[in-house]
Amino acid sequence: MIYFDNSATTKPYAEVLDSFFKISNDFFGNPSSLHGLGSQSEKLLSQARIQMANLLNVKPGEIIFTSGGTESNNFAIKGAAFMYKKRGNHLITSSVEHPSVSKAMEQLEELGFEVTYLPVDKNGKVQVEDVERAIRKDTILISVMHVNNEVGTVQPIREVGKLLEKYPNILFHVDAVQGIGKMDLPLKDFGVDMCSISAHKFHGLKGTGALFVREGVGLTPLLSGGEQERNMRSGTENVAGAVAMAKALRMTMEKKEKGIEKMKNVQRGLIDDFGEMEGIIVHTQIESASPHIVNFSVPGIKSEVFIHALEQEHIFVSTTSACSSKKKSPSKTLLAMGVPEPIADSSIRISLSYENTEEEAAAVLNAIKRVVNKLRKVMN
Amino acid sequence: MKYDRILIRYGEITLKGRNRNKFVEKLRGSVKAALVSFPRVKIEASRDRMYVILNEENGDEIIPLLKGIFGIYSFSPAVKVEKDIEKMKVAALDLFAKIYKKGQTFKITTKRSDKSFQLNTEELNHLFGAHLLINTPELKVNVKNPDIDLRIEIREDAAYLSCETIYGAGGLPVGSSGKAMLMLSGGIDSPVAGHLAMKRGMGIEAIHFFSPPYTSERSKQKVIDLSKQLAKVSGMLTLHVVPFTEIQEIIRKQVPENYSMTTTRRLMLKIADEIRNRRKGLAIITGESLGQVASQTLESMYAINDVTNTPVLRPLITMDKTEIIKIAKEINTLDISIRPFEDCCTIFVPSSPKTKPKKEKVQFYESFLDFTPFIEKAVNETELIHIKPESQKEEDSFHELF
Repeated sequence: MIYFDNSATTKPYAEVLDSFFKISNDFFGNPSSLHGLGSQSEKLLSQARIQMANLLNVKPGEIIFTSGGTESNNFAIKGAAFMYKKRGNHLITSSVEHPSVSKAMEQLEELGFEVTYLPVDKNGKVQVEDVERAIRKDTILISVMHVNNEVGTVQPIREVGKLLEKYPNILFHVDAVQGIGKMDLPLKDFGVDMCSISAHKFHGLKGTGALFVREGVGLTPLLSGGEQERNMRSGTENVAGAVAMAKALRMTMEKKEKGIEKMKNVQRGLIDDFGEMEGIIVHTQIESASPHIVNFSVPGIKSEVFIHALEQEHIFVSTTSACSSKKKSPSKTLLAMGVPEPIADSSIRISLSYENTEEEAAAVLNAIKRVVNKLRKVMN
Repeated sequence: MKYDRILIRYGEITLKGRNRNKFVEKLRGSVKAALVSFPRVKIEASRDRMYVILNEENGDEIIPLLKGIFGIYSFSPAVKVEKDIEKMKVAALDLFAKIYKKGQTFKITTKRSDKSFQLNTEELNHLFGAHLLINTPELKVNVKNPDIDLRIEIREDAAYLSCETIYGAGGLPVGSSGKAMLMLSGGIDSPVAGHLAMKRGMGIEAIHFFSPPYTSERSKQKVIDLSKQLAKVSGMLTLHVVPFTEIQEIIRKQVPENYSMTTTRRLMLKIADEIRNRRKGLAIITGESLGQVASQTLESMYAINDVTNTPVLRPLITMDKTEIIKIAKEINTLDISIRPFEDCCTIFVPSSPKTKPKKEKVQFYESFLDFTPFIEKAVNETELIHIKPESQKEEDSFHELF
């Protein structure tokens, strides 16, 4: 089996599962309980928080554990909008965000907020000038993703952060779910106020994630209850999941040091070879993309058919983002980049992890060649 | 051009004529402890300067650590250059370009302790000033109030260039003023008191009173975490955890309720004093602030202090709570202090403690029982914990999980 769908989700590291199992079995106490079992859980949770903070170069108090990327994005955006609605009514985001950002924005529009959706260039990149032009007196939040989940484009977070130095009243949220562990994101240096991450994208477990909330930023809680996580996110803490996430992040960061060059080579190899193949259009611009995504189209072949054909060869890739691929709608990002709908309709996303090898890439290339030839004959 | 060393200027040490070497040694110890996670760093200390030689370690990570060390007046990241005019010119411009922002002003300060150098200070100022002006757009000179002060020091061995002066924490090196015992409750005040005591060079050991089952393991953990935070300044901290349950139960039986708090404090002070005696300390530090609670009125202090003539130092005595909280935030103890666990001071609080206890009365109430053996026992059974900053020790059992 060759698993090339790591942007959809990754396989948890065995060590991460070990931790999760051991904690669930031996330290199952509720961190809020007064007895010793509870205090052990609390210690584990706080150690997980410290480790996350150290890895992200922020303070432990700035990490809020959540159930994943979707919750983190919803919490950051709605929580900030509700908290600061007296300050203003206007939000800015890009037109290529993950649905957990764009749908949250749409929901806020229904509640009376105004949202500006920024266009992107042909590589899928937001322009800082557009951000500046969109800013109004009543703008309270800008949300831009770090790495696009469909094409891999890296957004100009540093530049937007720099621009926002002039606007201290505007909060800056970054959805870093795809970028974390592959691209550096110095949160403090880039002026980021909130940042979402999700553990299952870096070999942690589903249902765990975190939101960085800079000290001094308040958010209206979306979940009311036992006032866990500094009153910001109620619900009994998922201690085993949080520790597993901290471990997964540490391991990913360690693997990155050696793995990033290899990953770049695999990506470059794939893009170069696709470039030489007739009838394949590569959408991922290597200079402006994260090293783990390659998005391409085989015009004339429906992506769904392509996926299943590759699956017969035990190769797993995906059509655009996993979240929207079941709805059979063409990639929002590709359309925003100006890719015509029929081509966007036949787009395929390969997404890598540090576990993938050049041999696997070569095997996938061969399989793709075979599949393209076979399907072309059938479809034409 | 990357900084390769950080030049440290001493604070008041300079005033302490004869003890100077001792002070410099203590400061060197503090710097070494603070930079323990940078193994390649070398420290060179002389009577008037200290150099942290980076040896490829990251200077940007070291600077914030130096800011917290007592006994440092100021410091400057610097480069060491051969005493060759052309090489110095290149280095100066490189260094300058790193921090210069368009429209800023500058001046050059030259110190020439190597008097044999071919140019004098005046000539050096001119030469380097002109070099920067020619090569930097929109740069202006301002000798009175410059944005950037490029310092050039011509010493025997080499020339040293720096252009940032960062102020340190001031004070005196920890341990240079003798040892004292800090009564550490787990609240907001006592860690701040300990911090300020260290600022004036005291070496401290902490004493905590622990009353299981009335207080939980977590309140002890809280004190350990606070100690870790304090240990960042001193490199190491000894924590004495005194078993206090028995004495508290006896007080409850023996002393009328409204005087129980006063007696409790008196016995705590006695125990702390005995530990001080055994550890050869010279004073006791508390986090008391006048009038904050019943035990911190002047009348209470008078009645409590009666049990010893060891100096009891109260660095926070005139501070308002808001001022104390501000410092607690700065030294990162506030978040630990406000964790909501009972400590031995809050759990046995009588409903209406005397705010103006009489010394004679409390002596009278205590006269029916000899507390000495209980004090002896508590001191003998005191648990001693050596705490290092960020100590992994007690988390070892968890280590594999992370």
